[in-house]
Amino acid sequence: METLAHLAVGFEHALTLQNLGFCFIGVLVGTMVGVLPGLGPVPTIAMLLPVTFGVPPTSALIMLAGIYYGAQYGGSTTAILLNLPGEASSVVTAIDGHQLARQGKAGLALFTAAIGSFFAGTMATFLIAAFAPALAEFALRFGPAEYFSLMVLGLAASVALAHGSVLKAIAMVVLGLLLGTVGQDIYTGTPRFNFGLEQLVDGFNFVAIAMGVFGIGEVVRNLENERTRSAVASRVRDLIPSRDEVKAIVAPILRGTALGSMLGILPGGGAILGSFAAYSVERRIAKDPQRFGKGAIEGVAAPESANNAGAQTSFIPMLTLGIPSNAVMALMVGALLINGIVPGPNLMTERPELFWGVIASMWIGNLMLVILNLPLISIWVKFMAIPYRVLYPGVVAVCCIGVFSLGSSSFDVYVMAAFGVLGYVLVKLDCEPAPFLLGFVIGRLLEEHLRRAMLLSRGDPSVFVDIYDHPISAVLIVVSAAALILVCWPAIGKRREEAFRE
Amino acid sequence: MSISIKSPKDFWCGLLLIAIAAIFVLGMIDLPIGSAFRMGPGYFPLLLTILLALLGLAILSNGLRVEGPEVGAIPLRALLLIAIPIVFFGATLRGLGLVTSLALTVLATTFAAREWKPVTAFLTTLALLVGCIAIFVFGLGLPLSLFGPWVGGF
Repeated sequence: METLAHLAVGFEHALTLQNLGFCFIGVLVGTMVGVLPGLGPVPTIAMLLPVTFGVPPTSALIMLAGIYYGAQYGGSTTAILLNLPGEASSVVTAIDGHQLARQGKAGLALFTAAIGSFFAGTMATFLIAAFAPALAEFALRFGPAEYFSLMVLGLAASVALAHGSVLKAIAMVVLGLLLGTVGQDIYTGTPRFNFGLEQLVDGFNFVAIAMGVFGIGEVVRNLENERTRSAVASRVRDLIPSRDEVKAIVAPILRGTALGSMLGILPGGGAILGSFAAYSVERRIAKDPQRFGKGAIEGVAAPESANNAGAQTSFIPMLTLGIPSNAVMALMVGALLINGIVPGPNLMTERPELFWGVIASMWIGNLMLVILNLPLISIWVKFMAIPYRVLYPGVVAVCCIGVFSLGSSSFDVYVMAAFGVLGYVLVKLDCEPAPFLLGFVIGRLLEEHLRRAMLLSRGDPSVFVDIYDHPISAVLIVVSAAALILVCWPAIGKRREEAFRE
Repeated sequence: MSISIKSPKDFWCGLLLIAIAAIFVLGMIDLPIGSAFRMGPGYFPLLLTILLALLGLAILSNGLRVEGPEVGAIPLRALLLIAIPIVFFGATLRGLGLVTSLALTVLATTFAAREWKPVTAFLTTLALLVGCIAIFVFGLGLPLSLFGPWVGGF
């Protein structure tokens, strides 16, 4: 009952004209960047961070969230029609979805993707409403030691889920943390690492770094792999499925939703993990696994439900614990911090309108997406024909104006250019930028909690693994260590590689 | 036994990380470290710098022991034609104003693509100029002057 009361507060705020407008802009832009290959939700959200400066934080977060789950919808459209996943999480959808399209069943595949996503989105909204308060209440008892260990777990998970070398992923986290220490020391006010530059007294601007690494770096990366795409004009008919087809997709949607929701909550989770897991589960339990890869509708229904459920439930650790679980959530934390709001267990009681408003807006946004996507599909198909040549100067322009407008600072523009180059170089050397950004965002908080915990324990580092006084912290550290040891284990490491390659 | 680079990606990555750690060592000279009980401003960064240097060394030594892929060609043209226009934008926005500065920046970035088509490039520039001014200056009301003092504006 309490859940419904909370949701009522949320809908009251999400249904204001202004927030409905921002929600609509969010899902519209999200669908658009999901459709456009070479432009994903991460660079888009990075580009739009400065815009959130001028609007109320609730509206800003509603819009950014809409971009994230909207991109999951748009990504599946290109995956199905063109075999071009516009979005990493729709890579698996392309396998069977495009086969269906080639058999003339594009309508069925698109309908399944949209309905699966909508159902998953609805369920995930309720899941967040039901579980987030309990988690936040639990987290209220956390002291500095517990917080430190929780962040370590978040970082360890981002390392475990990064592609490629574990050493490099850890190095990226450490590099992010280290760059986060640039600027005034929190306790003593001592300037650190500013090398005589007064612009660095407050540290690096988060938006400039995010835009550089994800916006500008990505542009160079895409230009490197530039290729000409031919637009395939395919007509989409028969959107409404037959009764037998409905029967075939119900169970996969339910399974995908459940799996995606669970994997989304895990630190390091999000949309991508869920869709991969859901696809392999469907293939394993199918009576006739041979059909997969040749146009099995389950191969669209389950991963599409899972990626949308995961995209939404990954908000739970961010909103309740203040721990971002992936790069998108790190950007959201950044957006909140810009507005002077520290996400964490107190957010729900201090800013109920923000917390519940954002959650309620997700359901509204999902409804808008169904309406936007199914009837307007032919318009989105046209977007796919936009060549990257026309697109990327726009990305550069928006990043330039956006980052300058933050503080009317030319220095931030230079920082963005520098981190664009660094971001490109790191990816070229097989280092993933996501753990780097995660480290940068929580670097200051991590240091603060570490220093506080060590003060309380009089300099004894065993406080973090003390089973009697800090059992939660001890468990979190053990789980983090286990995660890292597991991915370092050669046999498992190899399977992880294979899983990613699939 | 001679030392040779077996995996260039790992080798250069390790070297880059060690170089960054070295820069932070330079910046740390005046910072009080403190103790584990009362950590000074330098304690946490020192831990991280040591960790980064060790990781860099480990990755570097991997690059000398295990065979790995080449780094591959760096698209210097794309990299420079994206980064330099951005720096140009930062340096000239105040002086030239949004119209001139953005137009030159965008036009310069269009050369980063493998193939440069004048019609596409100029049309893209024009469309972006109009779009950005409409959205950022008139829509969002950002305080950016359209024509700066260098071109007779204010």
